[in-house]
Amino acid sequence: MALIGRALLILALLVIVYGIATSLYGARTGRAEWVASGRRSVYTLAGLMVGAFAILEIAFLRSDFAFNVVANTSSTTTPTFYKLAAPWSSQQGSLLLWVLLLSLWSSLILFLTRHRVREIAPYATAVLLGFAGFFASLAVFYANPFATSANPPPQGAGLDPLLLHPSMMIHPPMLYSGYTLLTVPFAFAVGALITGRLGNEWLMIVRRFALAAWLFLGIGILLGARWSYTELGWGGYWAWDPVENAALMPWLCATAFIHSIMIQEKRGMLKIWNASLVLASATLAILGTFLVRSGILDSIHAFGASTLGVPFVVLIGVMVISSIGLVIWRRPQLQSEAQLDSLLSREAIFLLQNLVLVAMVFVIFWITFFPLISEALTGTKVSVGPPAFRPFIVPLALVLVLLSGIGPLIAWRRVTASNLRRNFTFPVLVGVATCATLLLASDANARPFALIMFSLGAFVIASVVQELWRGTSARRATTHDPLPIAFGGLIRRNRRRYGGYIVHAGLAVLLIGVAGSSSFQHSNNVTLAPGQRATVDGYAISYVRPTAQASAAKVTFGAVLSVSKGGRHVTTLTTARSFYPAPDDPTLGPISDAFNGQADSQVGLQAGLTRDIWTVVNPDLTPLQGLITDGDRKFLQLMTSLTPAQASSPTVVNWVRDERAQAITELTDRFVTHPWPVSFLLIVSPLVTWIWLGAIIIAGGGLIALWPVPAVARRRAASRSASRRPTAPAVPARETA
Amino acid sequence: MDPSRKRAIRLTVALTAALLLASALIWTSFSAGQEELTASQLLKNAKPGQSYILAGTVLYGSVQHEGDALLFSVRDPKLRVSVRVRYTGAVPDPFAPGRGVLVTVQKQGGTFIGEQNSLTTKCPSKYQAEASPS
Repeated sequence: MALIGRALLILALLVIVYGIATSLYGARTGRAEWVASGRRSVYTLAGLMVGAFAILEIAFLRSDFAFNVVANTSSTTTPTFYKLAAPWSSQQGSLLLWVLLLSLWSSLILFLTRHRVREIAPYATAVLLGFAGFFASLAVFYANPFATSANPPPQGAGLDPLLLHPSMMIHPPMLYSGYTLLTVPFAFAVGALITGRLGNEWLMIVRRFALAAWLFLGIGILLGARWSYTELGWGGYWAWDPVENAALMPWLCATAFIHSIMIQEKRGMLKIWNASLVLASATLAILGTFLVRSGILDSIHAFGASTLGVPFVVLIGVMVISSIGLVIWRRPQLQSEAQLDSLLSREAIFLLQNLVLVAMVFVIFWITFFPLISEALTGTKVSVGPPAFRPFIVPLALVLVLLSGIGPLIAWRRVTASNLRRNFTFPVLVGVATCATLLLASDANARPFALIMFSLGAFVIASVVQELWRGTSARRATTHDPLPIAFGGLIRRNRRRYGGYIVHAGLAVLLIGVAGSSSFQHSNNVTLAPGQRATVDGYAISYVRPTAQASAAKVTFGAVLSVSKGGRHVTTLTTARSFYPAPDDPTLGPISDAFNGQADSQVGLQAGLTRDIWTVVNPDLTPLQGLITDGDRKFLQLMTSLTPAQASSPTVVNWVRDERAQAITELTDRFVTHPWPVSFLLIVSPLVTWIWLGAIIIAGGGLIALWPVPAVARRRAASRSASRRPTAPAVPARETA
Repeated sequence: MDPSRKRAIRLTVALTAALLLASALIWTSFSAGQEELTASQLLKNAKPGQSYILAGTVLYGSVQHEGDALLFSVRDPKLRVSVRVRYTGAVPDPFAPGRGVLVTVQKQGGTFIGEQNSLTTKCPSKYQAEASPS
């Protein structure tokens, strides 16, 4: 099996080389059969990668520990659901997933464009295959997923317990889909720049892929945040960790692009800007992948030092230099066809929003890479933590929310006083009323940034509701449909526009949640004995009783907590912390091994629309330490006293194993029978649920915008667009290439 | 107003904003930043009362509990040198011997005291280079 997998990978590399050569030859000579052959090599690559990945998945499902990657990241006790996800928990498997997804998305775009952009497509094919070749080479030469061991272990190391979370099944494929999808606009941008075919057609083709990349990346980022909140036991959802930032930067850049592309579509402006954003988004996606895999920056996600850094630096260097070179080369053809008429126009608002997004990318990039920058400049590595982001990101986010409310309301080209009055009165009133209400009825004035965010959020939501209401009313007036049908018809007929508006509302909801939870969070780090209680934000949290459980896989120490407010019972929470064996640590004895390995917190959480009560226990095992040391000593004595014959006897081995399990169980049970005070982290966070609700709304809006438009409407829109905008003069590929 | 003059004003405003942002960013980074040191650098350079970020891996067999305090040694990634840290506060789940950590410490007498809740641990999830017990 491993041999077949490796053969498929090598074959994939050969197909990639062939595909690049035929595509470029086809592009240079204009011979369609070679172009088609290059395109088919992408389909072939996708088939080969599906086969290779299927082999790896089968190895995981069969717990075939002859595969090194299976032995290192899975075990026979790993649940089947997580065995399916285990391949991308390793460097090797995730590289394979990268090539698989890239080949599938590349096949899709090339199939959809097989009769369009004929001059651009072969260059795009070559670029996409170039990316695939890079990652496939890494998988073949640096991190082979099909490497095997002649003496496979009887049991695997298992998947890291922190990854035993449903989000992990979908979070990495979402991120990788986002990253790989961003290479599609990049490839077509390169093709368009090389051929000089810089009209709107290629942009219209890649727009949907950029939107899909944005959507997948956004879902991936938010699933990661959810995992962090419910699994990592620190009470937060975002830590400005380099790996989090690595995904956020291309997402912000793609957000800028999917807005500014509308200006090029409508007014023929910002061509250089759009081309640069497309190229930058993909470069940032590769940079993100590099950050995750190189271990160049210390990260909570830690992807230890690896040998992949240098190839990635080379790839990023090539992308940056070629992008800049191509844009400079084609600068004369990328001139805007119109000028900004007024700063009070939709295009000006979009441009400003773009500048804010790019400023955010710049801030995040600078602070994330600052340790490396400072080391290069001063010789000393200097870290700046999350507080350094806030003075920049918070004001920029406020401006962004404001603009996301203004954008849908303001007219193209130039706004009039009547337009302002008609469109802004209601949303502004809602925003002002929200601000006044919060000032009078809450302590929001103590947190001015949060207060502004709540008010702006209300303004945005009101603006979107107003637009939806007006559109639905207008539709009802012509069709006389009932309200829900008219509303559905409105969305269906202009998915891109109203999907976008829904995304704006979701963003407002999400950022209200972020502002509320970060500004008004109350936390308390306390040590409690059973029966004692602590108070957090008016909630009395009592430690009712301890719980404990021991199994071969882990020992778990937990607590039952009762939460009340004003004498009224609110909820009962259970939290626990499990410890997994630490077989890698040679300094531990047979008993201490069970209590000193990887920890995994189970959060006690009651989520609500207005606030979350979040608890986690951090049991101090010092009272057990003496007994654990004593147990280590006795078992070591026992094992050294065994004769070689006894040590190899299954009866004796089983007896020792059972005795050890019994000892561990008895020690664990002491947490319940002889309870002692333990530490708890207790947090009351308002509006966290709004973050997840906002994310769902954004995903829903994104899907609406992404959903294919019926063919008739598409043709109508295309003809409208064609009659509105002159296309760039056609330049034969062979003359410009 | 003359359109070219308008464009020049807009460009000047945009460039000034960008310059201000960049200056603020550079100033904040250098003023708010903390030196990130390895165990050997910390032993050589640490001054009492000053905060440093200590980076390295948790030494096998060094983790002990003393009441609410967690004691562990952080090993230099290149040299066979380690620093003993006494830490209180939230311990991230991925914390374990052999794992990479970052912790903000201050020298107090002969020991290094970890700032409460400053411990971040590298996640073992993916792509970790082979860890070998020291």
